[in-house]
Amino acid sequence: MASQQHRVGDTPWIRRTLIASALILTMLMLVIPLVVIFAQALSSGWATFAENIGNEYTLHAIGLTLFVAALTVPLNLVFGTSLAWLVTRFRFPGRKLLITLIDIPFAVSPVVAGLLYLLLYGRNGWVGSWLTEYDIQLMFSWPGIVMVTVFVTCPFVARELIPLMQQQGTEEEEAGVVLGASGWRIFRRITLPNIKWALIYGVVLTNARAVGEFGAVSVVSGNIRGQTNTLPLHVELLYQDYNIVGAFASASLLAAIAILTLVAKAFVEWRQSRPEHPAPEKGGV
Amino acid sequence: MKHLFKGIAVGAALLSAQPALSADRELLNTSYDIARELFASYNEVFKEHWQEKTGETVEIKQSHAGSSKQAQAIIQGLKADVATFNQVTDINILHDRGGLIPENWADRLPNNSSPYYSTMAFLVREGNPKNIQNWDDLVREDVDLVMPNPKTSGNARYTYLAALGYAQETYGDDQEKIDQFMSDLLSRVKVFDSGGRGATTTFVERGIGDVLLTFESEVLNIADRFDNGEYQPVTPKVSFLAEFPVTWIDDYVEQNGTQELAKEYLEYLYSEEAQRLLAGFNYRVHNDVVKEENADRFPALQLKTIDEIAGGWENAMETHFASGGKLDQLQRRR
Amino acid sequence: MSTTANVSAASGRRFAGRSKRVLPGFGLSLGISLFFVSLVLLLPLTGLVLETSGMSWDQFWFTVTDPRVVESYKVTLLTAFAASIFNGLFGLLLAWVLVRYDFPGKRLVDAVVDLPFALPTAVAGITLVTLFSESGWYGQLLSAVGIEVAFTPVGIVIAMAFTSIPFVVRTVQPVLEELSPADEEAAVSLGATDGRVFRKVIFPSLWPAMVTGVALSFTRSLGEFGAIIFIAGNTPYVSEVTSLMIFMRLQEYDYAAASAIASLVLLVSLVLLFSINLWQGRYLRRLEGH
Repeated sequence: MASQQHRVGDTPWIRRTLIASALILTMLMLVIPLVVIFAQALSSGWATFAENIGNEYTLHAIGLTLFVAALTVPLNLVFGTSLAWLVTRFRFPGRKLLITLIDIPFAVSPVVAGLLYLLLYGRNGWVGSWLTEYDIQLMFSWPGIVMVTVFVTCPFVARELIPLMQQQGTEEEEAGVVLGASGWRIFRRITLPNIKWALIYGVVLTNARAVGEFGAVSVVSGNIRGQTNTLPLHVELLYQDYNIVGAFASASLLAAIAILTLVAKAFVEWRQSRPEHPAPEKGGV
Repeated sequence: MKHLFKGIAVGAALLSAQPALSADRELLNTSYDIARELFASYNEVFKEHWQEKTGETVEIKQSHAGSSKQAQAIIQGLKADVATFNQVTDINILHDRGGLIPENWADRLPNNSSPYYSTMAFLVREGNPKNIQNWDDLVREDVDLVMPNPKTSGNARYTYLAALGYAQETYGDDQEKIDQFMSDLLSRVKVFDSGGRGATTTFVERGIGDVLLTFESEVLNIADRFDNGEYQPVTPKVSFLAEFPVTWIDDYVEQNGTQELAKEYLEYLYSEEAQRLLAGFNYRVHNDVVKEENADRFPALQLKTIDEIAGGWENAMETHFASGGKLDQLQRRR
Repeated sequence: MSTTANVSAASGRRFAGRSKRVLPGFGLSLGISLFFVSLVLLLPLTGLVLETSGMSWDQFWFTVTDPRVVESYKVTLLTAFAASIFNGLFGLLLAWVLVRYDFPGKRLVDAVVDLPFALPTAVAGITLVTLFSESGWYGQLLSAVGIEVAFTPVGIVIAMAFTSIPFVVRTVQPVLEELSPADEEAAVSLGATDGRVFRKVIFPSLWPAMVTGVALSFTRSLGEFGAIIFIAGNTPYVSEVTSLMIFMRLQEYDYAAASAIASLVLLVSLVLLFSINLWQGRYLRRLEGH
């Protein structure tokens, strides 16, 4: 009887060893690094911490970072949803290529991504030189930062949606068409509820990356304090200034955003898994 | 979604809050990464000076990053009014690649447009346990060095040239011995950080290496910070004249209408008040009165110029630092 | 329940395949997607190609085969390989423990796995170097037993491993969850040892996901810069990664050379990604087929 329920790795000592090693490694590789950030940030006490955060440049960097994320996320939300709808609901030549194309930002080193934009939109760039004639400057101001951030974060929403929408198929939506519903209505009433949590998940990931992007932004930002300095750039700047505590104070804000992201993600996953697994079937077959 | 809009609101509010400081004039100074505190102090002095002179208030914006990166940004359209760098070559490139300043920019202000200068020095640990006195001590087998990467940092290029100057002085025309010395020196380096401050952090915070090679200003600065003698400066007798060039950027000041302001901002760096401030940040200066005041802090040295060591910057970059140049050959694995 | 769902999903897929463009929004979504892809992705990439095409073939070859650059490929490939192997094992362990066992703190572990994706890489870099340098918490312990991590290639491995931990866990986890217990229980009840069942029954179903995760982690490690730069000693021929070479060329104002090296790295990564996509597609089709 007992052997019927037995699965690989159920032997107590194996089980304990595996759990213990997983816990220890997670502690060492993930939890302690996180703790270090906060320990360093608070190493000179709360007052210094508050002072570092309350600094006008830090506040501005926080504002700019949130602002950039707030522009990036909706843009990629629209793009990701459109793309996912396109490649999962229709067949057309070039579809496979399109799916691979959106992986490019994963394959491009962020510094190179920044460089690409600089070469294109900078004063001497192909597009930039033309824009300069109309006195439009994109690089070294917030539009440039938003542009590279959109670039590095554009795969997340689409990548979350495509497998799910592929798996769900199109029956319900086609039923909607037969019933004469408008396209927008079908999307809102049928598709959206189905992909809601994956969409939120994609947004959470996009947001996390948008807030934390360093390499690409540092190339196009111009690093003007109180103007184009984002929070990750600010961390580096303080670090260069020997203000290690200050650097970690700003870093701890980013870590806090990371933790919020993780909590949001865990919540989304929990919501996502609830309707799908009402009761796990045990040894049913 | 609600959080999103809240984010936008906060972001927009914080962004728009900044220009509310509304001064009469605005100036953007692009500078090298470690000059933040220096210019934060100088800007206050200058604001006062400009207001006294013209009655106008000025807001000075600062941008700090590695000076090569800054030069690239300016060429690609960062509309900076003035550049205050630690690399002559990075200002030259503004002419060569960008056509933004005239070729003779260095002649527009005194002392090669370099209001202050420094040299390359060593920082050693308490009590100088490895007894480091001069360049030849650095190639000993028991000594670990920390310096930035000459490929990415001007600071390290200066150190390279300073060591080369010493080797030339010592070995004369014996090129083989000079090469051997340089190769030995580079092979003693334990960590090549990408920038000067990174190297300092490695040496001070991480406790790596016996000697940090960097600007004298940086060396003195750290020695001051830890006044318990944890670190000691050592200045070799022969070193390199490291200029800190400044220029206004003609095309952009014209567009921004800041010609006079930018010029005055740089010229005032030569005033006695500013020179005293610069000396306070451990830089060597030209003003005779201030020099006199700080004579004991900055011992007289034999400072070699780039012309003496490598026949000018253009030549130095080409023979030594370009891809496949001398530096690459010396660092080739033996 | 689950069988019906599968059937309906499969028929839905087939249905979609035959009757294309029944659904609305083709024009709109195509428009938005193409506009976005061209503007955000393709246009800048054209820049890279144009910049590189300014070089002659000899120049290109000379640039990408410079001995120091070649050495950086070796360092990058080796460290990325080591990091992804570590992640393969660690990822498998974590996925296994999270799926198979219940223990206090499981939720926390599950959540914290994604930390490396959420944490900016520069922050990861300064944190890791703080931990692993000789004065740091780990560094003190390690240097007591004579192991140096910070400023050696091992440091690069650590940084790469950290930034790509989630890949393997997140690809293996769902497969492990879906794994039917029947074969496994049958094998166990026939008296096979755990190790044998794992090798013969479980691992064959897991390894495609593992390979995918390892390959993703490898690709990510090839391009990583922010976290590595702080902890690698950047010693020529020993601990310089290719991203640093690109960065160096930029500092030298040599955009063409930077683009040349970058496009090579990009090509390798894209080929890798494309092969994973292709292979995965094939593998999935095979799974569905039988």
